[in-house]
Amino acid sequence: MTAQEIHDSLKAKFGEAVLEAKLDAPQPWIKVDPQQLYDAAVFLRETADLAFDYCSCVSGVDYNDGKLGAVYHLFSMVHKHKIVIKAIVPKETPHVRSTADVWAGANWHEREAFDMVGIVFDGHPDLRRILTPDDYPGHPLRKDFQVPEFYNGMKVPY
Amino acid sequence: MLNELKTLPTNYVTTPGEIHTSTGKTLRTDEMIINMGPQHPSTHGVLRLEIVVDGEIVVDVIPHIGYLHRCFEKHAEYMTNYQQVIPYADRMDYLASMNNDWAYALTIERLLKIEVPQRVEYIRVIMAELQRIASHLIAVGTFGIDMGAFTPFLWAFRDRERILDLFEMTCGARLLYNYIWIGGLSHDLPKGFVEKAKEFCTYFRPKLKEFNDLLTFNEIFIKRTANVGVLPKDVAINYACSGPVLRASGVDWDLRRDDPYGVYNKIAWEVQTGKGEMGTVGDVWDRFIVKVREMEQSVRIIEQALAGLPEGNVQAALPKRIRPDAGEMYVRTESPRGELGFYIISDGTGSPYRLKARAPAFVNLSVVPAISRGCMIADLVAIVGSVDIVLGEVDR
Repeated sequence: MTAQEIHDSLKAKFGEAVLEAKLDAPQPWIKVDPQQLYDAAVFLRETADLAFDYCSCVSGVDYNDGKLGAVYHLFSMVHKHKIVIKAIVPKETPHVRSTADVWAGANWHEREAFDMVGIVFDGHPDLRRILTPDDYPGHPLRKDFQVPEFYNGMKVPY
Repeated sequence: MLNELKTLPTNYVTTPGEIHTSTGKTLRTDEMIINMGPQHPSTHGVLRLEIVVDGEIVVDVIPHIGYLHRCFEKHAEYMTNYQQVIPYADRMDYLASMNNDWAYALTIERLLKIEVPQRVEYIRVIMAELQRIASHLIAVGTFGIDMGAFTPFLWAFRDRERILDLFEMTCGARLLYNYIWIGGLSHDLPKGFVEKAKEFCTYFRPKLKEFNDLLTFNEIFIKRTANVGVLPKDVAINYACSGPVLRASGVDWDLRRDDPYGVYNKIAWEVQTGKGEMGTVGDVWDRFIVKVREMEQSVRIIEQALAGLPEGNVQAALPKRIRPDAGEMYVRTESPRGELGFYIISDGTGSPYRLKARAPAFVNLSVVPAISRGCMIADLVAIVGSVDIVLGEVDR
């Protein structure tokens, strides 16, 4: 399926929840309503024509305009097509429904996005920090992150 | 003192009948938590496995990673130009630096929409495949140690040494090369490299057979690995496993062939998959044999690439300052451990706005709990070894 067809079938199912798309980009992406992301993920995985069964990568991004994004790079082992799905959330309430029970491969990526950028994946089976220590202050890959002067009594800037 | 105690993690507070794992599960009275690592030889680095055991049987495994976190992605954002990221990419998967460099350089080249000269493509394939053999040699060698066989490890390192000599001859470094640059290579191959590399190929083929005779088809080894840690096909895909781990589960999938880059499509070679010869498809032995057979294929690729190596330039024409247009790109390549992807967002300045590395070992490690529930502790060592993790890449 081409990106256009994938977009059309998503649009037919979810209508207004498909917010925006850039299908002429080198890697076409579709922006969906974060509230509907989980349903879209189930749809993308379960529909026979789409069959996106392989979640390559989930990246958390801070767009530095008060918004955070979870970017899903999806691929279908059955049809060998791919698409990028984006869910953009405001920084104050960065909540996305987790897709970890749709694609088990998204589990650790979502934990990393939570750890690094601070997107909260609701319904995630195990949303703990993954790379930084459990008591680490803040989310390091946010653009407004300030390195703390002291961490557990150790001076940080050297 | 009391305050300090209160801040301890809950799983260390031993109120009778109330012991939790760090995921919040309460233990039954006959269960126990054992920590394997972070300093345990069979974890291949600083990985801590929190194991819930019932006697010898593993009830649950909770991997704890991050001990080697070096803020690679944060560093990349703070570089003054794109080239400066390459040494950091080197250090991600320190056993396969060439492949990391290539993946990163390829992403930037696709962002810049530039083609590299044919000679560069061929040299990159040669380097990446040599590196794949070196990396797989460590993987199968150390896996031998995990299973209690010390000699194969020494044999594997002896052969790897020859590859490192080739790399040293090329760029002076033996582990972290900084050889593949954006738009080309840091410099051309040295005199005599082609002959030396050909020599290595003829040397290595019989050694691989020796290795198989010593370890792969050893009955004790087979008994120890066959039917252990079976990863079914659908689970492997669902967990987004890649590389030898995915192929061992019977999925005929290799990015070198299926999402081609470099000149792999001009070269004849075969994707190796697990067939369950000694037990079930996707068991530990399959994951092991896939790596061994891939080394054989890599030798084939290197020989053909050496034969077809064209003359020419080793650096494409690049602007003095690399500033890709605003946009984003996710490029995936086949590193020895699987799908190594870089997702880079450019905002038109001289350094990446956001760089995310999709490390294959990170994702492959996440499947370990799913396939080790119900096995013995000793088998867990086999499973972790067969997944072939490099913590530098897992933690980045």
